[in-house]
Amino acid sequence: MNARRLRASLRGWGGVGAMALACVTALVLALMLPDSARGDGSTGVGGPGLARGTQARAEDCTDPQNQSLAPSGADGTTIDAIKNRKDRRLIVGVDQNSYHWGYRDPNNPKAGGDLEGFDIDLVHAIAKDILGDENAVQFRAIPTSQRIPAIQSGQVDMVVRTMTITCDRLQQVAFSAPYFKTGQQVLAPVSSGITGYDKSLAGKRICSAAKSTANDRLTADRKTGKPAPSSVVLPPVPNQLDCLVRLQLGEADAVVTDGALAASQAAQDPTVELKGDTFTTEYYGVAMKRGAEDLVRRVNHVLADYRKDGWRQSYDKWLAPTLGPDSPSEDPPPAVYGRTA
Amino acid sequence: MTHPPKGGSAPPGRGTPTVPSVPAQPGPPLPPGGSPVHRGGSGAGPSAPPVPGAAPRRTAWAEGTDRLRAAATTEPGRLRIIGAVLALLVVAFGAVTAWQMTERSAAADNVLHSSQPLSASAADIYRSLADANTAASSGFLAGGQESQETRDRYERDIRTAAAKLITAANSSEAGSSAATTISQLNELLPQYKGLIERARANNRQGYPLGGAYLRYANDKMQNEMLPKAQQLYKNENQRLNADYADAKPYPWAAIALGLVALAALAWAQRRNYRRTNRVLNQGMAAATAASLVVLLWLTVGHTFARSGLDESYDHGVRSLNVLHDAQIASLKARGNENLTLVSRGAETKTLPDKTTMDLYDYNFDRDMKSLTRGLAVAAGLADDSAGEKPVQAATAGMEVWKQRHKEARKADNAGDYQLALDRVIGSPDKKPTGECFDVVDKNLGIALTHEQDEFQRAAGDGLGAMTGLPAGAAVLAVLAAAGAVLGIGRRLSEYR
Repeated sequence: MNARRLRASLRGWGGVGAMALACVTALVLALMLPDSARGDGSTGVGGPGLARGTQARAEDCTDPQNQSLAPSGADGTTIDAIKNRKDRRLIVGVDQNSYHWGYRDPNNPKAGGDLEGFDIDLVHAIAKDILGDENAVQFRAIPTSQRIPAIQSGQVDMVVRTMTITCDRLQQVAFSAPYFKTGQQVLAPVSSGITGYDKSLAGKRICSAAKSTANDRLTADRKTGKPAPSSVVLPPVPNQLDCLVRLQLGEADAVVTDGALAASQAAQDPTVELKGDTFTTEYYGVAMKRGAEDLVRRVNHVLADYRKDGWRQSYDKWLAPTLGPDSPSEDPPPAVYGRTA
Repeated sequence: MTHPPKGGSAPPGRGTPTVPSVPAQPGPPLPPGGSPVHRGGSGAGPSAPPVPGAAPRRTAWAEGTDRLRAAATTEPGRLRIIGAVLALLVVAFGAVTAWQMTERSAAADNVLHSSQPLSASAADIYRSLADANTAASSGFLAGGQESQETRDRYERDIRTAAAKLITAANSSEAGSSAATTISQLNELLPQYKGLIERARANNRQGYPLGGAYLRYANDKMQNEMLPKAQQLYKNENQRLNADYADAKPYPWAAIALGLVALAALAWAQRRNYRRTNRVLNQGMAAATAASLVVLLWLTVGHTFARSGLDESYDHGVRSLNVLHDAQIASLKARGNENLTLVSRGAETKTLPDKTTMDLYDYNFDRDMKSLTRGLAVAAGLADDSAGEKPVQAATAGMEVWKQRHKEARKADNAGDYQLALDRVIGSPDKKPTGECFDVVDKNLGIALTHEQDEFQRAAGDGLGAMTGLPAGAAVLAVLAAAGAVLGIGRRLSEYR
């Protein structure tokens, strides 16, 4: 137990003291214990190395949201292929469970309930521009963990699904210019003493979704004792919405997720609210296959128009009520086309 | 004093003071007066009398053997010993028969009236829980249009499970693992119900949170409650198997004792014949007849009982187990099919080859496979047309179900959610898989009822074959013992 805690605290960006302590511990462990323990020691050494790796990559990748191609309304091979489909529809990966982003209202009077939300509005705008019909869309519900594989395998033409543009993901897929600005935020019951991502989370159980940016951040922060040394990061749940279930059942005290999704959760339960400001800055983008340059440029072209006409109406309809005034998300983020080819 | 009580009381005529009769022959053996041929004796005569003052005090055992040895030197003494041994053997035979058959009959009675009903009851708990979960997901998919029928089905299942849990609790031993499982299920059931109500309430508001609650409830059911219910069912089945194991073995001890008693009776009668030339000793003949009846009754009765029990196991219990498992598999498959549409990709499963599937679709495939296997085994076990027909109908329903499920998945994957929904819970004109599930479920129900009847009949026959055997064996054995003693007593009276 003690050894593990030590190792956890040294794997991050620990200071000289921690390193010295690690050396002594490793030495003692190596002397005292057989091979298995020495294996542990080596992973401890691997920790800082890995961290340096991401740091190096982060050096040549700053502001991933500004790495997209300049807009163009021209067709290309990818768009031609879509237009020449027998079933002439755009195939888009979306979420069906994010309230006000992409979800299916079971009580919608329209037969069965079509998908609706902020992401869905954007998809319709893209389809209208490319295929001339805003309903020429085949929506595919894809889980968070399948967003990148679905694009890479060609299952979907694009993913519009509250997907954060990150440097790592840029290695795997191409992104449009950002269409939404948000950040990690804390969601907790109104009556709790939690004030944000800070010491008020001491002794609190924090929920996050598997493979989400929130979970990555929480896992990394635990090693440096953030947000509070006694905070407990619960095992990740399959879907961010499952965190609200845990919260309501008293199995978790706070949720960390994108502010946009936290707002979508708050919209389903008036007794919880967003606490404090966003403590990271993230941008959502439309993800497409790497190499589909014509499609990326076309989507950026659509977004350029959408920012002027469409974005505001959609935001006011779906998000303004729960995100409140003065939200960092209240305006479309500016587009910077940093990539030339 | 000298002889076992039976020997003592054996001679019916009074005036046979047994005690003095033995030491009354101390000197040279009297000339064999009225007695027929006098053989044997091996000349141990003179040493027989216990010298009064020689050894001051000897053990009762030594004294007894001495007396016995002394008694064995004279014919009346020998007769007494033979009489006693015969009576003892026959009575022992009767007693062991009564004891062994009481045990078997009680075990068979347990099979019929206790352990099988309990096993069926545990299967009902298991089934109702799985059924409730399926009904809840069906109702959820229908949203605001949830039918009264689905709602009732869910409520009825919960009630059944709760009621049967009480029955199971009453028949389980305090502190046993079954009792622990039952109390855990009793705790989980209201939790589960609460989750379903939350799912419903949120769904009615149009919140996707409802789906998350339903997944959470389903998780609790499939990963915590159903395994416990299955454990309970297995426990009860073990008890049932143990009762079968107690009821079925041949009563070898009784049979062996019966043979020994009959052999002894035969030897005694032969000896009697040799010495007296009298063919028939009525008492002993009666004893032989009675013992023979007991032995035949025992063997034939138990053979019938055994075959009844075997049949009830092979055609009842085994079929019931397979059918129960198949029904649970079909219920789980249906629940997972519904959940696939509720979850809409919220949970996935990564296969060993790194491909990713929807978790619930993956589980559906798994359950369908076990349903297919179960139905194949059930078809092999069904031994009459009444049992085969429903299994065939269920198999046919399952084939159509698989076909329609593929179409439903295709529609959902192509983004046509409404079509997928119609293909799963839609009205009959939409060819929904729900129809196929109903066919499978209904026919498995019919097959289960049929096999339950088969079981009742065969096990009832088996138990019936043992009726009266323990009591009858005891009475006949006492009669046989009396016969043997009377027969010997008659011979003995000739020495007066």
